[in-house]
Amino acid sequence: MPKRSNEPLLWSLFSAGGVVAAFLIPVHLFLFGVAFPLGWLPDPGYQRLLALVRHPLTRIYLFVLCSLPLFHWAHRFRYTLYDGLQIKHLNELIFTFCYGGAMAGTAAAGYLLWTIR
Amino acid sequence: MADTIALEVTRYCPERDAEPSFQTFEAPLRKDWVVLDALNYIKDKVDGSLSFRWSCRMGICGSCGMMVNGEPKLTCATFLSNYAPGPIRVQPLQYFPVVRDLVIEMTDFLNKLKAVKPWIVRREEKPLSAGEYLQTPEQMDAYKQYSMCINCMLCYAACPVYGLEKHFKGPAVLALAQRYNKDSRDQGAGERTDLLSQEDGIWDCTFVGECTKVCPKNVDPAGAIQQYKLTATIEWFQSLLMPWGAK
Amino acid sequence: MNETPAYTEFHPRWYRPRVSTYWWLWRWPYLKFIIRELSSLSVVSFVVMALLQLSALRRGPQAYAEFQELVKHPFLIALAAVSLFFVVFHAITWFNLTPSAMPVRVKGKRLPDFLVAAPNYVVWLVLSGAVAWVVLGG
Ligand code: SF4
Ligand code: FES
Repeated sequence: MPKRSNEPLLWSLFSAGGVVAAFLIPVHLFLFGVAFPLGWLPDPGYQRLLALVRHPLTRIYLFVLCSLPLFHWAHRFRYTLYDGLQIKHLNELIFTFCYGGAMAGTAAAGYLLWTIR
Repeated sequence: MADTIALEVTRYCPERDAEPSFQTFEAPLRKDWVVLDALNYIKDKVDGSLSFRWSCRMGICGSCGMMVNGEPKLTCATFLSNYAPGPIRVQPLQYFPVVRDLVIEMTDFLNKLKAVKPWIVRREEKPLSAGEYLQTPEQMDAYKQYSMCINCMLCYAACPVYGLEKHFKGPAVLALAQRYNKDSRDQGAGERTDLLSQEDGIWDCTFVGECTKVCPKNVDPAGAIQQYKLTATIEWFQSLLMPWGAK
Repeated sequence: MNETPAYTEFHPRWYRPRVSTYWWLWRWPYLKFIIRELSSLSVVSFVVMALLQLSALRRGPQAYAEFQELVKHPFLIALAAVSLFFVVFHAITWFNLTPSAMPVRVKGKRLPDFLVAAPNYVVWLVLSGAVAWVVLGG
């Protein structure tokens, strides 16, 4: 019965994602989701952003910014579905959905950032 | 201030009732009375069949825990006047089976507590002649907070995960495991890890944090569990990177 | 009922209340907990938008201009504003819980919680400023 749980790995991804989401997502959301579309601040525009994204450090940064928070979501959402809706019997399905989603998102981020020229 | 207060008390007689109901009693509303005093008044003067547990009436024995207006409380430390003009709802601790009236069944808690070896584990006992195990004030400080637990189970009644997941070890048991893990005289952390790092140990906890808020002794079980998650994670990575170095 | 109720090992007469599916609706701290957990949905919506933005960037100026028009849609602005609220809620709860998950001890004594939480807010400000500075062109 004492099966070695891989929870520690998932939990460290969850925590790391939580930290990234807490420190960085608010400012990104504010700038790109609210301030630029409403014209509160000058939109940096295509050229400037592309130049930024071409830099390898920005790529790594953006990769981390997209992937870790997805694993943060996967962990929280999984437990919220278990406990909040009491559907633990759908365990496997929920697990696959949450972590599958996080992995798909990570792959998409990797692909996009790798192929932007 | 009115001179009486109404208490709506859960009644459940296993021989007679299919499910609990409320019965309302009037008790004197005295400034120095706690909910437990009112229950004792009812038992002595109004209805001797009302059943509930208590002993020390001073927040030490941990037996008088009940839900007071939906919050887990030690009834010997919960003043009536805080709830005036009432009525006050007194129910058995939630998430536990009810034996009768306000009395809950706690075997599950006791079994789980025993399972984490809440005592000092030594690989080898020193002979008596070698003297006592010494400890510095700092070493004692590392676990002292957790050792204040009086097993009142208020934290269980505050923990939705315990309510939903009956295998979950629960707040106090995990905090008490940490109490011994952090004790410089103890060598049982390894044995406890095998048990605690399973899903129904620490990983079921979602850090709702209510256990810490309701604890009358400031034990902070929620903090203990999160800290233990961190320790378990570090150990997990260590054993991954250095499988030969495992305990 | 017969005179001597015989209890079996399974004590069928214990009353075992079932936890309601909506347990989290009834108490404010529980509701706050669920809101905190569901803030992770806003995190996902942010990541999805960021990925769409990246893909527009990758496809060239034309596609990016379309993306810029798209995010001006009131629905998306509202979504971003709501997400911002939830993500800030996440950040605040996260920072405030750090001291209990990772207490800091100085000379064997545990530092007061606010002293451990406070640096989080400083770092938050600095990082947000840095990101804004880089994005806005220094
Ligand atoms: S941790 Fe606190 S609330 Fe829980 S049993 Fe111990 S004293 Fe009671
Ligand atoms: S009667 Fe002992 S703790 Fe309340």
